[in-house]
Amino acid sequence: MPDTTTSRPHRSPSTAPPIRPGAPAVQLSAVVKRFGEVTAVDGIDLIVTPGEVVAFLGPNGAGKTTSIDMMLGLSQPTSGTVEVFGGRPADAVAHGRIAAVMQSGGLLKDLTVAETVQLTASLFPHSRPAAEVLERAGLTDLAGRRVGKCSGGEQQRLRFALALLPDPELLVLDEPTTGMDVETRRSFWAAIRQDADAGRTILFATHYLDEADAYADRIVLVSHGTVVADGSATAIKAMASGRTVRATLPDADLAGLSAVPGVTSVEARGDTVLVQTTDSDRLLRHLLERTDAHDLEVTSHTLEDAFVALTTDRSPR
Amino acid sequence: MFSPTYLLMDLRRSLRNRRTLIFLVVMPVLFFFAFAGPYQSKNDIYTYIMVSMAVYGAMIATTSTGASVAVERSLGWTRQLRLTPLRPAGYVLTKVLGALVLGVVPVVLVLAAGRLTGAQLGATIWLECAVASWACSLVFAAFGLFMGYLVPAENVMQFIGPLLALLSFFGGLFIPLDQLPSALREIAPWTPTYAVGEIARSPITHDGLTAGNVALLLAWTALFAVGTGLLFRRDTARV
Repeated sequence: MPDTTTSRPHRSPSTAPPIRPGAPAVQLSAVVKRFGEVTAVDGIDLIVTPGEVVAFLGPNGAGKTTSIDMMLGLSQPTSGTVEVFGGRPADAVAHGRIAAVMQSGGLLKDLTVAETVQLTASLFPHSRPAAEVLERAGLTDLAGRRVGKCSGGEQQRLRFALALLPDPELLVLDEPTTGMDVETRRSFWAAIRQDADAGRTILFATHYLDEADAYADRIVLVSHGTVVADGSATAIKAMASGRTVRATLPDADLAGLSAVPGVTSVEARGDTVLVQTTDSDRLLRHLLERTDAHDLEVTSHTLEDAFVALTTDRSPR
Repeated sequence: MFSPTYLLMDLRRSLRNRRTLIFLVVMPVLFFFAFAGPYQSKNDIYTYIMVSMAVYGAMIATTSTGASVAVERSLGWTRQLRLTPLRPAGYVLTKVLGALVLGVVPVVLVLAAGRLTGAQLGATIWLECAVASWACSLVFAAFGLFMGYLVPAENVMQFIGPLLALLSFFGGLFIPLDQLPSALREIAPWTPTYAVGEIARSPITHDGLTAGNVALLLAWTALFAVGTGLLFRRDTARV
């Protein structure tokens, strides 16, 4: 019997991606990472196939950055395996197949933008021309400026330029637009989208739902170190609780509404009823044919609802 | 593994730093004139202090280069480098080579200042002192690296500066050892600066190039190198 006050979210097992020939871009198998008492990653299975744009979505502390560090070879899992293009992460880094845009830090203040790019380029056996990556990151005009004098958004674009140097097949971004203004953010994502369209695999960690919704083909929702949901934005939204139907119905028969198939919760606020249901058509027919309900309104759940429902409902293990 | 371009750019960056230039160029020569000036007519003492100051200059240069890893670590640059093919060992090697290259500058400047103000030494002696002062500063490159990995702070040199000054006294670089209080005189022969000072001055003093001093120098270098290696491994495993 469904609750009458709070809705209980549906949760379906994560769908396994179709098997394709060739190694996946990233494969995490039963990865666990502990730091002493703290378990940052508590068993993650993840496969990213080449060409995908995947958002790693979750609240702070969910284990996103820790997982990314392991993908980049910056740390080792406590147990489980991490493979990038079928091999060790460190090898993928050395061959320039994977590159990352960190959230902050990682730049020398007394070098100019152009020098930072040149210095990094000199470390790769093959790299894109410095002028090209500066252009793509919108930094051509800032080439001669000292990094220490650049704004946060400009420094972030520099990190992006550096990541483009080895022309990586997989680009990993850790909260890339934190602190960026709207314009910068938009042009940043436009550049990323161009890359993705050209075939680059993109994995980005974010806690901004709108970003995940707008730019990713697939969202991997993480919370407390595990994958809570994995699918397209649409699929995840549907996972939460279907739809909400709002209607003006004084003296509503709450029990009767609860009995309608598909209804998961019913709430009355004054003359308004709020009903959560997985079958809104059925409920609408009931309301229109069997009750005096009027001013009916149907809303789909947003990604935020799904996010909240799926991430806060879980308690840490 | 190792990038010559990186080394060159790193050196250019160091020389761009005003404070580094002062430590490298101005200070050793200034100290030389300040400490040796009164003894200009006494060639033996004059040249003795000259070599001491060359050692001091090389020490500052190599230690600060080694310690620059502290700044780079604190900025997260070393983490950024781990996203490139540059092996961490290659990075350390670049720092050591950079230290040795920069170490040449104060040695040459101080010896030139001495020569121009009348210091007299046999032709080969000049070379021997120069090479010895310079080569021995390797131990300080290792020391700088060790401190750099131990203290990950941007102002690491403010911490190391006084330490180096203290070590200089133990090496008899500023005042002769026999003028130190007896307690400190006991400790002095165990310090790396003592070994470096003695060896660098040995072409003049005909004394000091002993197996003991060489062994001491190698032991300190090894100690700092191993220490750096351990801290370094802890560093890369930490994340």
